[in-house]
Amino acid sequence: MAQIQLDEIAHSYLADPRSADDYALKRIHNVWDDGGAYALLGPSGCGKTTLLNIISGLLTPSKGRVLYDGQDVTARPPENRNIAQVFQFPVLYDTMSVFDNLAFPLKNRKYDREAIVQRVKEVAEILDLTPFLNKKASGLTADAKQKISLGRGLVRSDVAAILFDEPLTVIDPHLKWHLRRKLKEVHDQLKLTLIYVTHDQVEALTFAEKVLVMYEGEIVQMGTPEELFESPQHKFVGYFIGSPGMNFLPCRLEGSNARVGAAAIPLDPETAARGAAARGTLEIGIRPMHLKVHGTAVEGGVQVDVGGVEDQGNFKILTLKLDGFTLKSRIPEGEPIPESQAWLKFPPRRTKLFADERLVG
Amino acid sequence: MDKWADNRAWFLVLPVFVVVAFSAIIPLMTVVNYSIQDIFGPGNAVFVGTEWFKEMLTDKRLHDALGRQFLFSGLVLLIEIPLGILIALAMPKKGWGVSASLVTLAIPLLIPWNVIGTIWIIFTRPDIGLFGVGINSLDLLEVPFDHTARPAYAWITLMAMEIWHWTPLVALLCYAGLRAIPEAYYQAAKIDGASSWAVFFYIQLPKMRGVLTIAVLLRWMDSFLIYAEPFALTGGGPGNSTTFLSIYLVKLATGQFDLGPAAAFSLIYFLIVLLFSFIFYQALLNVGKGEKVS
Amino acid sequence: MGLKLDNITKLEGDEIHLKDINLELAPGSRNVILGRTLAGKTSLLRIMAGLDKPSSGRILADGRDITGVTVRKRSVAMVYQQFINYPSLTVYDNIASPLKMKKMSRAEIDDRVQETAAILHLETMLDRRPAELSGGQQQRTAIARALVKEADLLLLDEPLVNLDYKLREELREELQQIFQQRRAIVVYTTTEPGEALMLGGNIVVLDEGRTLQAGPTPDVYHHPVTTKVAEVFSDPPINFLKGEVHADSALLGTNIRIPLKGSMQDLAPGRYRFGVRANHLVSNAHENKDVAIQGVVALSEINGSETFIHVNHADTRLVVQENGIQSRRIGSEITLYADSGSFFVYDLEGRLVASPAASA
Repeated sequence: MAQIQLDEIAHSYLADPRSADDYALKRIHNVWDDGGAYALLGPSGCGKTTLLNIISGLLTPSKGRVLYDGQDVTARPPENRNIAQVFQFPVLYDTMSVFDNLAFPLKNRKYDREAIVQRVKEVAEILDLTPFLNKKASGLTADAKQKISLGRGLVRSDVAAILFDEPLTVIDPHLKWHLRRKLKEVHDQLKLTLIYVTHDQVEALTFAEKVLVMYEGEIVQMGTPEELFESPQHKFVGYFIGSPGMNFLPCRLEGSNARVGAAAIPLDPETAARGAAARGTLEIGIRPMHLKVHGTAVEGGVQVDVGGVEDQGNFKILTLKLDGFTLKSRIPEGEPIPESQAWLKFPPRRTKLFADERLVG
Repeated sequence: MDKWADNRAWFLVLPVFVVVAFSAIIPLMTVVNYSIQDIFGPGNAVFVGTEWFKEMLTDKRLHDALGRQFLFSGLVLLIEIPLGILIALAMPKKGWGVSASLVTLAIPLLIPWNVIGTIWIIFTRPDIGLFGVGINSLDLLEVPFDHTARPAYAWITLMAMEIWHWTPLVALLCYAGLRAIPEAYYQAAKIDGASSWAVFFYIQLPKMRGVLTIAVLLRWMDSFLIYAEPFALTGGGPGNSTTFLSIYLVKLATGQFDLGPAAAFSLIYFLIVLLFSFIFYQALLNVGKGEKVS
Repeated sequence: MGLKLDNITKLEGDEIHLKDINLELAPGSRNVILGRTLAGKTSLLRIMAGLDKPSSGRILADGRDITGVTVRKRSVAMVYQQFINYPSLTVYDNIASPLKMKKMSRAEIDDRVQETAAILHLETMLDRRPAELSGGQQQRTAIARALVKEADLLLLDEPLVNLDYKLREELREELQQIFQQRRAIVVYTTTEPGEALMLGGNIVVLDEGRTLQAGPTPDVYHHPVTTKVAEVFSDPPINFLKGEVHADSALLGTNIRIPLKGSMQDLAPGRYRFGVRANHLVSNAHENKDVAIQGVVALSEINGSETFIHVNHADTRLVVQENGIQSRRIGSEITLYADSGSFFVYDLEGRLVASPAASA
């Protein structure tokens, strides 16, 4: 177990980086607490795998230091850092049995035979792999193989952190539930520091206590799933988290209302005040599930045209058009859907204001 | 994959059939024909059944040649395969070194085979050859080095030539196999604290199984059937020490006009190659296969 | 063109890849094939395309038997999971390649390529090579190449599975709009129930090479005829409890009473399996929730605005999907509530005998 600190890390894959664009990671300065479950969430190319490899030691950063429990490990290779990594596709020694696969890291570190057997049996029990211990690893299903990869990390009782690089990519949707639950159980039982890289928000939000959203080489926001959902600091966080993402409408401020075309959308007075003081392009943001949709005209409602409806089983997604902009709203199963016109209410508490893509209030 | 039966496609295959028929099947039938007859002259042949086969299978000189052949192929595989793997492991993976090493390795493969024999004759000559002059000037040997002076020298020269000629093929095949291994395996091994030996034995070697199968099969077949290089280098000498099977059979057939026995053993030769190829193939492909677990 | 598959079976040695597939695809229809990995989706698509021959059965296009016709003679376009493009050709040439084979004039090819590139937002990338593009752009190129042919049959084999989930959302929307404007029969395979629901149209649920159920997507979702269909077509997984029906109520497990309502009232007494979807269970009592299930919290997952609670009830694991954030301590007692009208009832062979009244 260790506290991991990233001190002014920046990384470029080019030998001679000149501008900020040449850097895959622009500036990462962060502390990860011992025993926490973290997720690095972001689209392809945002630098999350680069960051993971810097933490594990597979990559040495161009700038900055990596500290484990206060000790500088930047120059140390992975095998001396007490970390384990699970990759996108199962990485196994396919000539070995499941037992030998799990025992491998311990054999290399010269543990004695009895200790190895005991530890392997313990870990196999945690991961429901006991019936397969004597089988050849190459014959198992993908999810069992990923569990073996995970197991190789868990066998080492001194492991400081386990890093996951999009580990559920090759797993069937219905098995993902099972594996996610297993990961959570492992975390609760063993209290290890777990860092999970993914582009899938469901995986990130369900797994982690704290999520770091990355975009173009920077950490845009770090917070609990709830914080990220309700108070996205950056437009990107609002867009990336949530299915569908946050709705954004360019607007002007008029007193404590935001004006989109002819429509007046009431804002929380504090939000409006901060907005007045802010500079830059103003936009309001509201999540689809917070929009209240009414089939008939209501006091304070904004009239919109109904585009299309998508039935998602548990809920429906309604596409609405206001002044040339498209909005999406999420309606629970069973509620009535307006036909061609609707009236929207924007709860002021849930309507956020962004200036130059940053949250104002 | 089931391809549709497109009738027109058969016409494209026809020329291949014709060529294979002329160059392989019909000559093969001719050999079978010779193997069961004693031919005295045109139109003058006597059916002898399996007599040639019996004679060849009990011929001492044939047994010697066969023994030499197995020894030769065995040594070739034992040296070339590990050496090829080592070279492949040492080759650079990135940068200009990749092209440089690939081209250098390919050069021995491009030279005509009897020219190779000639190159090595000259190389080992005691008067003008670099190696010949060099080793003789060291004055370590009783009998001065000349590739035809003693059987040992002939064999050493022959092996050196064969290894120089064909190890690049094994190296290139293994290199291709190594390049196909995803980086993640090496990363996981590092994290597991595996030594370089463990990485080689548990990751690289198993993943090279496919290319190694090809390499072993190719080298086995080629070395067991070898003709041009040793013939050019030593003509089968000194004495019989480098007379391998093909050389012996060709001497029988064209030197002594003993077509019958030569044809008979050629067929057996063919079957031996097939048998061992099959054994190697099955062994390599099935090593390390686990049962499917649901 | 309408496509009909008549008793298609595909065997590979002893393995059954497909068995007795009977399908009718109307012209211009959107069809989703839903199934887990190795269910036979790709095999089925390859047979529809003409890349593989079925071991038995026929394919008819507008009544004509095309089972023996090679893929080159069929009007079909296919998009794969791996972004397959000609690596040495530019995006323009990639998209133009099917048209060049048809020997169209340069001007016409140019028109069509520009049109299709615009639909997929590739106008600025036309002179790049696939290796210089991002994953999403590569797949768009592959899709453009498939669309430009204006084939009668458009097959897509899990085309979005290798993309980031946000890109997937965006492309999926675009694809829906594209499909709406085409006359072709569209067949789209996926493993994700959510994706199947989003695409709508008709669905075929495949499992181990056999069709389990086919029909309009919302219908199949709301009426899965077997427990297997319910399992395959649920995300989160559907919850099943064993129960027994008595004269006027049912007993689930050992202590859960369900009053029988609606079509459940016609059930003969006996043993059944009761299924309820995760989002029909709630953790707070409500006036119209008349079923209570006791359990112990195993895990609580928060997904932004929803919570998934994993509950152990006796030896069954249940998953609850609720709006709002609910944090529950692991090991704490919890009571789940459901409306008896939201249960699916299956007999012991797995067949549907009662289902919730149709929702809006």
